[in-house]
Amino acid sequence: MSAGYILACTAVMAGVTYLTRMLPLVLCRGRIRSRFVRSFLHYVPYAVLSAMTLPAVLYSTGSMLSAAAGLVCALAMAYFGRSLLSVALSSAGVVFLVELLQKLL
Amino acid sequence: MAPSNKTLFLKGVKDGLPICVGYISVAFVFGMLCLERGVGVGFGLLISATNVTSAGQFAGLDLILAHASLLELAVTTLVINIRYTLMSLSLSQRVHLNLWQRAIISFCNTDEVFAVAMQADNELNFAYMLGLILTPYLGWSLGTLLGGTVTGLMPLSVRSALGIAIYGMFIAILVPPARRERPVLVTCVLGAALSCLFYYTPGLNRLSSGWTVILCALAGAGFAAWKYPVKEEEEP
Repeated sequence: MSAGYILACTAVMAGVTYLTRMLPLVLCRGRIRSRFVRSFLHYVPYAVLSAMTLPAVLYSTGSMLSAAAGLVCALAMAYFGRSLLSVALSSAGVVFLVELLQKLL
Repeated sequence: MAPSNKTLFLKGVKDGLPICVGYISVAFVFGMLCLERGVGVGFGLLISATNVTSAGQFAGLDLILAHASLLELAVTTLVINIRYTLMSLSLSQRVHLNLWQRAIISFCNTDEVFAVAMQADNELNFAYMLGLILTPYLGWSLGTLLGGTVTGLMPLSVRSALGIAIYGMFIAILVPPARRERPVLVTCVLGAALSCLFYYTPGLNRLSSGWTVILCALAGAGFAAWKYPVKEEEEP
C-alpha cells in the first residue's frame, strides 16, 4: 500500500463528500417558492434523524440490553426537555452502569 | 436587538459540544482501525480532517485496504454520502450566509451539525455556524489521533457507553417538537418504521445505509409535506 495511493484515495473521498454538501448550499441561495417543496424540506430533518436513530441505536453499544436502557433514558430525559448534552451524557451513563451490572451478575 | 456575533459564536460552540463528545468516541474507533490495519495514524488523521464523515470513512478505509480502484471509491462515497445533498438543500433555506461562507460551512455539514443547526432558534449566520462546527471538527480529528496512538487511554466500557451519545442527542432533538406538533411526530414514526423495515427485511437490507436514509427521508418528509403543508410565512 503506497503513500501515493492512500493520498489519492483520501483526495477522492474528500472531494466527493465535499461536493455532496457544498453544491446544494451554494447553488440554491434563493427562497424556494413551491409550498410542497418547502414543507418537504421542513420535515426532512425529522425523517432523516428518526431513520438514522432506529434501529441503529440498539446496536451502538456493547449489548442490546444496555442500548435499550440508554434509549429509554434518553426518551425520558428528552420528554422533559433536558438539553442535548445532558440527554447524550445521561444515556451514556445508563449504558455504562447497565454494562457494569451485566459484568458483575 | 439582535444578538452580537460574539454571542452567537459562543452559542454555536455550546450547541456543538454534545456533537464533539459523540464524535470523539466514534473517531477513536476509526483511529484504532487505521493503526491496526496498517494505514497508520497519520493517514487516519488526514482522512478524518479532510472528510469529516463517519460511515463514508469506514467504508472508504475498507476499500483502501482492498486496493479498490479510485472510481469504485468515488461511487461508494457518493452512494453513502448523497444524503448530505438533501440536508444541505434543507439547510440552504435557513442560513444567512454569502457564497463563500456557504462554501466554507458546507465542508463540515455533517448529519449532527445539520440536526443541531435546524433546531436552533437563533439566526444561522456565519458566526454561529463557525462556532457550531468548531468543537465537532476538533473532536473528530483529535479522536482519530487518540485512537491511533493511545488506545489504552479509553477503556472499552467507556467507548461502548459513549457509542450511544450521538443517538441520545438525536433523540433530544426529536422528542420536544414531536411532543408539540403532531406532523413532526408522524414524520418521526414514519421515518423510524421505514428504517426498521429496510434493516430487518431480507433483500431490502442489502441496500446501503446511505440510500436507506434517502428513501426514508423522501417517503417520511414527502408524506408529511402532502398531509400537513407548512403555513406560508412572510420573510423576516
